[in-house]
Amino acid sequence: MNLNVDETIGHIKEAISVSEKNRGVLIYTLQRVQQEMNYLPDHAMKMISEKLGIPLSDVYSTASFYKQFYFTPRGKKIVKVCTGTACHVRGASKVMEKLESEFDIKEGKTTPDLSMTLETVGCIGCCGLAPVATVNEYIVGEIDSAKIEEIIEAIKAE
Amino acid sequence: MAKLNSPGELKALRERLSKETFRPGAARIRACCGTACTATGAFKLINEFQKEASAAGAEIEIVKTGCQGLCQKGPVLKTEPANIFYQRTKPSDVQAIMSYTIKGGAPYRQGLYRDNFLSEPVPIMMEIPFYKKQLRIALRNNGVVDPRNIEHYIAVGGYTALEKALSSMSPEEVLDEVDKANLRGRGGAGFPAGKKWAHSKSAKSKIKLVIANGDEGDPGAFMDRSIMEGDPHSLLEGMLICAYAIGAQYGFIYVRHEYPLAVENLKIAIKQAEEHGLLGKNILGTGFSCTMDIREGAGAFVCGESTSLVASIEGERGFPRPRPPRLSEPGGGPWGFPGNLNNIETYACVPVIIDKGSDYFRSIGTKNSPGTKVFALTGKVKNTGLVEVPMGITLREIIFEIGGGILNDKEFKAVQTGGPSGGCIPAEHLDLPVDFDSLASVGSMMGSGGMVVLDEDTCMVDVAKFFLSFTQSESCGKCPPCRIGTYHMLEILKKITSGKGEESDIERLETLGKQIIKGSLCGLGNSAPNPVLTTLKYFREEYEEHIHDKYCRAKVCSGLGTYTINHEECFLCGLCKEACAFGAVKELRNRYYIDQDYCTKCKACYTACPIKAVKIEKQKGRLSSSLKKRD
Repeated sequence: MNLNVDETIGHIKEAISVSEKNRGVLIYTLQRVQQEMNYLPDHAMKMISEKLGIPLSDVYSTASFYKQFYFTPRGKKIVKVCTGTACHVRGASKVMEKLESEFDIKEGKTTPDLSMTLETVGCIGCCGLAPVATVNEYIVGEIDSAKIEEIIEAIKAE
Repeated sequence: MAKLNSPGELKALRERLSKETFRPGAARIRACCGTACTATGAFKLINEFQKEASAAGAEIEIVKTGCQGLCQKGPVLKTEPANIFYQRTKPSDVQAIMSYTIKGGAPYRQGLYRDNFLSEPVPIMMEIPFYKKQLRIALRNNGVVDPRNIEHYIAVGGYTALEKALSSMSPEEVLDEVDKANLRGRGGAGFPAGKKWAHSKSAKSKIKLVIANGDEGDPGAFMDRSIMEGDPHSLLEGMLICAYAIGAQYGFIYVRHEYPLAVENLKIAIKQAEEHGLLGKNILGTGFSCTMDIREGAGAFVCGESTSLVASIEGERGFPRPRPPRLSEPGGGPWGFPGNLNNIETYACVPVIIDKGSDYFRSIGTKNSPGTKVFALTGKVKNTGLVEVPMGITLREIIFEIGGGILNDKEFKAVQTGGPSGGCIPAEHLDLPVDFDSLASVGSMMGSGGMVVLDEDTCMVDVAKFFLSFTQSESCGKCPPCRIGTYHMLEILKKITSGKGEESDIERLETLGKQIIKGSLCGLGNSAPNPVLTTLKYFREEYEEHIHDKYCRAKVCSGLGTYTINHEECFLCGLCKEACAFGAVKELRNRYYIDQDYCTKCKACYTACPIKAVKIEKQKGRLSSSLKKRD
């Protein structure tokens, strides 16, 4: 992976030290690695640590703090059920229950064949359409019993 | 595009653009391409319009705008010159809209907004109850311009304020104007922006930063997202004016990673502004320099807190730290540089203040909270979406006039403001004029402006539990009062909602709550108990009912109440028996009944019944029997 620290850190590069720059791009680097590899495997973490000159423990410390980062492989379809306030009062838990029973996995888990990962998300900012879920980048709003079948279809479809 | 080298050149460009773009009389569609409308098919619709227009040989301009507010009725669009507003538009409506409105200038009745199917449709946007009472300052360009086109923004008067500030005002004058306008921080606490700016300005440091907080983590709030997505240039302009006033050279916009479209639009906006010489070195040839960069969050609610946000920008774990030093002091901001941190909406208000003057801004809203506030109106109301209203409007006006009342005409119970840090306001305070101070006086807060309406079917204990489970899982774990305290409060609430509540639980919640507020390090812990404490204040009887009567009046919590089948209503479909996993629903020759010895109160039969013949009632005789025991 090519990483141009100076370019990534942006204009502030003139004002801060090399180690600060390296530290400053850490989160961005983790995001990019995860985007490419779908999760953060051990060897990638070691590589990041060496490249940026940050102790491996520190890299893990930062990565494990943020919810966005995963250390285990993720499913091909990532289903996020919004459980924000508006979705909660409009029945997000029912959507979750249905999906959990349909695919026989619990929240936060991935199916053994890596076809899908089921998650909740705090709020995706579509409260007007509550309850909402996303399948990868695709947003489904105003979920009712018909729409949930649609979601299940969409997940099962290749 | 050549760089603009002086404020005069910008002015000339604006004059040219305002003549060329958005010419009155031309056929135009402003289609909402916000996240919600995109989810309901805005792009399909636009394609259809383009196809239809080229087939008919008609010349029509389609402006892909940011969020227009009425998310529930999406996709929405406005047509010009007839000025007709369409909602819930389907690709099959396109042909009709083209022939009726674009060609004929007449409304296409089926696509118009109506309150319900009996009332007359409303063709004009500003006459719809949802929009009538709104006044748009922060969202002034949302729904008007294409966020990816800087020329649109300039044409509608964008960067006028920057031009004015750079060409005719000293930094002190700019600061003075913002201070006089009494612009209060829209992120929640309502701290006056002018004071903050003055503080940052007085910090002794060669390098200063201006930071925009777009880590909008509150569930139920999405106004910052709409501004970043729909009008990124107004944010940039506001930040530039702030940078000019306090003498900052670098800018950062911290955006939640859940908002990919916002990041994309902001990146485009920054690039376009740089190309036009409105950003970077020697802006408009005045010698003032400021750059902007975007920092993406990685999914941590606590990073909306200022010191955590700084840690996150530096690439560390997003832990808050004790203050001082404040962000505005040397050693406080990222890499030790002093910085000025404001919310997205706050920055978006700045250009209007500079352009139209502080007196204009003060003429709107209330004395102590001038201006407008954007609320994300959601929950059990008919019209959900983004509304921007002058401060001082009553909750009743927002919920019943703009929001159109409660969904399915149920009874209003409470409105939750301020997200997980705010509180629930009951019906008795519906006529409260909304501003920073009045909300605080009833125990809630403005917060970022989430407004979730709750009806009679919402259990207040459950709502409190929901918010607390959010803050508990988002607690960063650094300080014990927040980490351990919220956990224990949540455990108590879980106990209460599952029917195992004990006598002293309410008192325990109150003590714990007060201690967490006092002992926590940052704003997250300081406000985490608020939802519980306010519901306890206004809906104590519901807590008591859960604990003493083992009954949930909203019938949300399972494990409470007595389940019976009303034989007069029951039409013997047998679904309840099928649903029961414990064999508690027994079948007789001509009726079903629930065997209380087997019933686990799991609510399966209640949800299964298609005609709501399964009733949940207070346990009879419970209180008297426990009283008898005492004797």
